[in-house]
Amino acid sequence: MATRIPVLNLQGIVKRFGGLVAVNQISFEVSDGEILGLIGPNGSGKSTVMKVIMGILSPSAGTITVNGQVISGLPAHLVAKHGVGIVFQHSRPLQRQTVLEHIKLALLPDDIFTRVNHQDLDARAHVIAAKVGLTKLANRLPATLSFADLRRIELAKAIARDPKVLLVDEPFAGLTAQEVEEFSELIRDFKKEGRAVLLVDHNVKSVAALVDRVFAMYLGSEIAQGSATEVMQDPVVREVYLGGKLQVASRPTLELGGPPILDVQNLCVHYGKAQALIDVNLSIREREFVSVVGLNGAGKTTLFNAISGMLDYSGSIQFENINLKNISAAKISRAGIIQCPETRELFGELGVGENLEVAGLHLPKSLRNEQKEWLFELFPILQSRIHQAAATLSGGEQQMLAIARCLMAKPKLLLLDEPTLGLAPVILEQLSKALEKLRHTTDLTVLLSEQNVTFALPHADRVYVLENARLIWHGKPDQFVSEMGDAYL
Amino acid sequence: MKKIPAQRLIILAVVFLIIASTLPLYAQAYLLGLLTVAYYFGVFSMSWDLLFGYAGEVNFGPTFLMGLGAYTAGILNNQFSLAIPWCIVLGSLAAVIGGLVLALPALRLKGPYFGLTTLVAVLLLQNVIIFMSDLTGGEIGLTVPDVIAINEVSNYYIALGVLSVSGFVLYTLANSRLGLILEAIGQNPVEASALGFNVTKHKLSAFVVSAFFSGVAGAFLVFYFGSASVGTLIEVSVGVQIIIAAVLGGRRTILGAVLGSIFMIAATEALRPLGTLSTFVVSLAALFVIMMAPGGLLALLLSKREEESAP
Repeated sequence: MATRIPVLNLQGIVKRFGGLVAVNQISFEVSDGEILGLIGPNGSGKSTVMKVIMGILSPSAGTITVNGQVISGLPAHLVAKHGVGIVFQHSRPLQRQTVLEHIKLALLPDDIFTRVNHQDLDARAHVIAAKVGLTKLANRLPATLSFADLRRIELAKAIARDPKVLLVDEPFAGLTAQEVEEFSELIRDFKKEGRAVLLVDHNVKSVAALVDRVFAMYLGSEIAQGSATEVMQDPVVREVYLGGKLQVASRPTLELGGPPILDVQNLCVHYGKAQALIDVNLSIREREFVSVVGLNGAGKTTLFNAISGMLDYSGSIQFENINLKNISAAKISRAGIIQCPETRELFGELGVGENLEVAGLHLPKSLRNEQKEWLFELFPILQSRIHQAAATLSGGEQQMLAIARCLMAKPKLLLLDEPTLGLAPVILEQLSKALEKLRHTTDLTVLLSEQNVTFALPHADRVYVLENARLIWHGKPDQFVSEMGDAYL
Repeated sequence: MKKIPAQRLIILAVVFLIIASTLPLYAQAYLLGLLTVAYYFGVFSMSWDLLFGYAGEVNFGPTFLMGLGAYTAGILNNQFSLAIPWCIVLGSLAAVIGGLVLALPALRLKGPYFGLTTLVAVLLLQNVIIFMSDLTGGEIGLTVPDVIAINEVSNYYIALGVLSVSGFVLYTLANSRLGLILEAIGQNPVEASALGFNVTKHKLSAFVVSAFFSGVAGAFLVFYFGSASVGTLIEVSVGVQIIIAAVLGGRRTILGAVLGSIFMIAATEALRPLGTLSTFVVSLAALFVIMMAPGGLLALLLSKREEESAP
């Protein structure tokens, strides 16, 4: 590989957001026909690096060149003209245009006075559609497409401009194994065509089979680079990703004598024709920590939304002595059930302190301050970020703020939806400690939903398993491994 | 929201043109006068839809652009006795230049700030007109010595001509690649720029086109009314009527704006016996239509047939 010429070159890239150094002195190069994996946990700055390369953000210091030409500081449309393309993770396609029209859009010149041969445009669009496997869907509207096919549109648009450098953000997120294989093949094709490819992802494992080299980042800085195997064995990488081992619950099992605080009976939810929940029965007693584990799409968020009163359902949900059916979401939350959604829903432009203030507005001022102090004790990092806008926090900090904001409102029952989503193990550990503290020092009842079993088990007095809209198992965490372990994984 | 098939839209446009151009054969002068105004306002609304429907920018100051066109044309005629065609050409030029001066800094702003800037522009223009009353007639208004035509039928056909030409050009532009690029920009500017499109440049060109047609129609309107006043052409409430007409007719359709304008003007007129209550009732009706059919009047007209032929 030493004979290859670097196409993309980053020298000492720094990006600051106010006082926060998101990217610190990052330098690497990618050659033509090479795939570099840029990995790092949430908040490591890898997405920022990608945005800086694309010109969506401008670097605070450092130089980026493409084939020797400086592109750093240029706006995105000029960076694109230098031959850099990007495949975004989230697609927001136009609703009224067909797949083919989306590809044609990407083929159009920026100058609207340049003559375009429409037959030629059509032909080229069809070739690209064929390449990414969209031929049969060329005349469909995005609303009728699957998630994977929407991602194919993004790929098609990115390669339509024939970029020399292709940036791909989390190529496999949300895809099935079969689709991952197909997308990997496409990315290998880009490499064969001599493009320099930068794959951005959370961990090495998901891209190991594909990449020539890996560059690992943590908290804005480089921590390792080399082959996938080398990086996976790097002690610093292992420390960042694996951190300390999660402890199993140390609290003695609760006396389960009291009445249930939440009782869900025969809960069914439909989304149009699809059944999102079928005949779910679940109960939680006061001060209990209960986990609902299940894969993506099993119905966990639907269950939480039904409890929070945001969905129509059949069956009954009883909280303390209140029947929650036909009660507004606002009333349910005032009654003491607070949901911490997986999307976090923070007030992005407000500071950390203000986010907490808003949640505690109905409390008297003295109590509010008391709550805030307690929360800063629980999540010390938040205190050091008190004036920072929530949107500029790292993923882990945002999750902590989201939980803290829920606790601010003094809930009796906290619904915690996938708190570990997209977070590195080192942050999971901090969350884990906070949950343990809540369990030992407060009267809070928690219903936790998780995909991550290793996180869910230690924080549970009891566990429910949700699969394809049904609860298929329920028991103590120590029974889970023997009874459900294999079946679940 | 589904795209209304172009074929059906064109059939509707042809039917509309046939009815509109034969109307003077049997309609009263009173109705023609009403429609003349509605047609000019239709041009304002169509221009506005190019910017909002496609580029996704809410321009709260359509009256800033049409006002510049109208007042420039009017003043040139009133003060310097310039011939009407020149007044119209220079009036639209003034709207384009004013639009550029406003949009160049404003389009760099993010979020709702563009809209707020356009709103301020209206207030500025309004105050300049009142302040420079020697030239503009101030609060009393400006009268122009010349009119395009005395006869209602001629005026009607001129307005219909302006409407047709503007509608044709705006519709063609919106359905050309500029429209596609604008729509992509409106949806996701970051992605559009990553695809190599200069977002500011394209938005600016949309704004200039919008300003040009607003200016043209504004200048024509002055010579139809024989006068210009802040109350009829500039005030924010006039701009709101234009915006409501565009949304009511159907966002992202260009031609729907014409239906919206006719509805707004015809309804206000029909309800005139209600006195001050008429504006209230028209607004209520518009609100009702927008809430019941967010696709607008055009979608309401064309959607049933669309379902039948759906694949």
